[in-house]
Amino acid sequence: MTQLDAVMAKVRAENRAALIAYIPAGFPSKQGCAKAIQALADAGVDAIEIGFPYSDPVMDGPIIQEAAEISLKGGTNAADVFATLKVATDTGVAAVVMTYWNPIERYGVDQFAQSIADNGGSGVITPDLTIEESDRWLAATIRSQINPIYVVAPSTNDSRLAAVTSKTGGFVYAASLMGVTGTRTTVSSDASNLVSRVRAVSNLPISVGLGVSTREQAKSLAAYADGVIVGSAFIKLLLEAESEEKGLDAISHLAKELALGVREGR
Amino acid sequence: MSSAGRFGEYGGRFVPEALIGALNELEIAHNTAQNDPLFLAELAELHRTYTGRPSIITEAKRFAEYAGGARIFLKREDLNHTGSHKINNVLGQALLTKRMGKKRIIAETGAGQHGVASATAAALMGLDCVVYMGEEDTRRQALNVARMKLLGAEVVPVTSGSRTLKDAINEAMRDWVTNVADTHYLLGTVAGPHPFPTMVRDFHKVIGEEAREQMLALTGRLPDAILACVGGGSNAIGIFNAFIPDSAVRLIGLEAGGDGVETGRHAATITGGTPGVLHGTRSYVLQDANGQTVESHSISAGLDYPGVGPEHAYLHDIGRAEYRAINDDAAMAAFSLLSKTEGIIPAIETAHALAGALVVGRELGPQANLLINLSGRGDKDVQTAAQYFGIPL
Repeated sequence: MTQLDAVMAKVRAENRAALIAYIPAGFPSKQGCAKAIQALADAGVDAIEIGFPYSDPVMDGPIIQEAAEISLKGGTNAADVFATLKVATDTGVAAVVMTYWNPIERYGVDQFAQSIADNGGSGVITPDLTIEESDRWLAATIRSQINPIYVVAPSTNDSRLAAVTSKTGGFVYAASLMGVTGTRTTVSSDASNLVSRVRAVSNLPISVGLGVSTREQAKSLAAYADGVIVGSAFIKLLLEAESEEKGLDAISHLAKELALGVREGR
Repeated sequence: MSSAGRFGEYGGRFVPEALIGALNELEIAHNTAQNDPLFLAELAELHRTYTGRPSIITEAKRFAEYAGGARIFLKREDLNHTGSHKINNVLGQALLTKRMGKKRIIAETGAGQHGVASATAAALMGLDCVVYMGEEDTRRQALNVARMKLLGAEVVPVTSGSRTLKDAINEAMRDWVTNVADTHYLLGTVAGPHPFPTMVRDFHKVIGEEAREQMLALTGRLPDAILACVGGGSNAIGIFNAFIPDSAVRLIGLEAGGDGVETGRHAATITGGTPGVLHGTRSYVLQDANGQTVESHSISAGLDYPGVGPEHAYLHDIGRAEYRAINDDAAMAAFSLLSKTEGIIPAIETAHALAGALVVGRELGPQANLLINLSGRGDKDVQTAAQYFGIPL
C-alpha cells in the first residue's frame, strides 16, 4: 500500500475529496519549485503531482507548455525531477510524478520506477501510455510497489474503461473534458457522467482533472469525485505574479480556498 | 490493438486515451475500405482523372553521366497534381473522412506541400480544413501559405516550441484531442500512432507498384537499387513497399544531413538518432539523455523533422533497407545538376535522393540500374535555392 493509497482511504473515511496539486519540477525555478511545494503542503493539499517537463507535451495547453519551457531552459533533468519528488514527500504529503512516456523509456523503465520508490513517491501518471504498450512498465511498478495511474477520457467506452482501470493503481485520473490542460470557467458536465461510468466498472478512487481552478468548481466536483486535481490555475498565478514571493502567496491562498472546496461538496 | 500496428519493436500507440476511440474507428474504416472494391475503384478513378496517375518514368541520361555511368530512372511523382507524392495519401484519407461522416480535417505541414495537398482535397470534397504550420515555416514558405488560403483553408501559425513541423504536429494533436468527434487528423507521413504508418503506406504504395511494372517493361528486369529521401518517410515507403520481397533490390533511404551529422545540426534520425517515442509512435528519435526531443536542422523544410516512420526503423534494424545522410551542400549540388542536365527542378527534399544516386551509381558501376523517387517539384524552393546560389530576386 502506497502513501497515496492511504491518503485516498483517509479522505474517503472523512467523507470528502482529496485536493491534488500539480507543479512541474524546476518551475518557476529550482528553488522556487521547492518553496511552492512547501506552500501547497502547508495550505492543506493532500497530494502533489510533480510534472516531468517535456519538449512535446501534446496533452497540455499553453499555461503548462510555458511552464515546461521555462523549466527546460533552466536545465531540469531526471535527477531534478526525483529530487523535487523527495522535497514533496518530505513535507508529508503523498506525491507522484506525471510524465509523458519517452523520458521514462530513455531513463530506463525499471530504474525509473525504482527511483520513484526510492524518493518516497507513490506512483506515476502516464498520460500518453496506453495499456497495450504497458507490459514492461506494469511489471516495473509491481516490483517497485508504486501505483501506475492511467488517464481515462469522456470518449473512453465502457469496455475500455474496465480494461484500463483494471491496470490502474492509486486512483483513476478522469479527464473532465475532451481537450488539453488549462483553466476553464465551468467544469464540463461530461465529468459526472464519466465518473459514474468508472464507478460501474471499478472500486478505485477517482480523481477529476482538467479545467479546475476555483473553490466552487472543487466543491461541485467533490460531490461525486474522490479527488480534485488542479494544475494550470496554480501555474498561471506563478506566471503572472510580479515576484516569486507574491506568486507563492497567491498559490497558498488558492490552495486554502480549494481545500475548503473539497470539504464542502457533500 | 492489432499486431498490424507494430513493426518489430517499433510503431504502436503512445497517445492520450481520449484518442483511442478515434484511432480504432479509423483503423476499422481503413481496413474496410482496403477490402472494398468500390472504395478502391473510386480512389483509382480520382488518381486517373485528378492526380494524373500513373506517373511516368523518365530516364535521366545526362544526369547519369555524373553517376559513374549507371542508368538512372526517375519516378515522376513531381508531375502529380499539387506537385508531389503527397496527394496520394491525402485523397485516400479525405475519402475515408467522408466515409466516417466527419466534416472537418486538420493537418500539419512543414514545407507546405502536405498542407497544400490537404487544402486541395478539402476543396475537392467540400470539407473544412485547418492547417497547422510552425510560425518559422510560414515565413520560409510564404507562397505555400498563400496557396492554402486561396484553396479555402485556414492556416494557423504555431508559436510554441521551435515553431517548426514538430510543433505543428503537437498543435494538431491538441486540436484533435479537443475536436475528435467531428474532426479527422489528416497526418501527412508514415509516422504517428497506429493506424497512420500502415494507412499512409497503403495510400502511397501505388508508387512502387506502378514503378515495378514500368521498370520491368522498360529494362526487362528489376532495378539494382531504389533511392528516396526520408524525412518522415512517406515517399520512400511508397516506392520501397512493392520491392521489399525482391531481396536483390537494394532499398536506400537518404536522410537530411544538414551541416553534417557530426555537427549535431542535422535531421538524419536513423543515422544519428536513438530508439524512442515521439508523436505517438516508437521509432528512432533525435533526443537528448533525458528523452527530450532535440531540434532538427535541414535546408529542406520537408525533411526537417526529428522523428521517422516506424517501418523505416524496422527495415533499418533488420537490414532490409539502408539509410545514409546527405548534407545540405551535396543536396543543393544535385538540385542544380538535375536542373541543368535534365530540365527538371526537383524539390530540395528530393535532391537528397538525387545526391545519393550520384554516390551509389559510382559504387555500383555502369551496369547498374537505379530508380529514384522524384517525389516533388522545386517550384516552392525557388526562393531558398536562389538565396543559396546567390541569384538576385
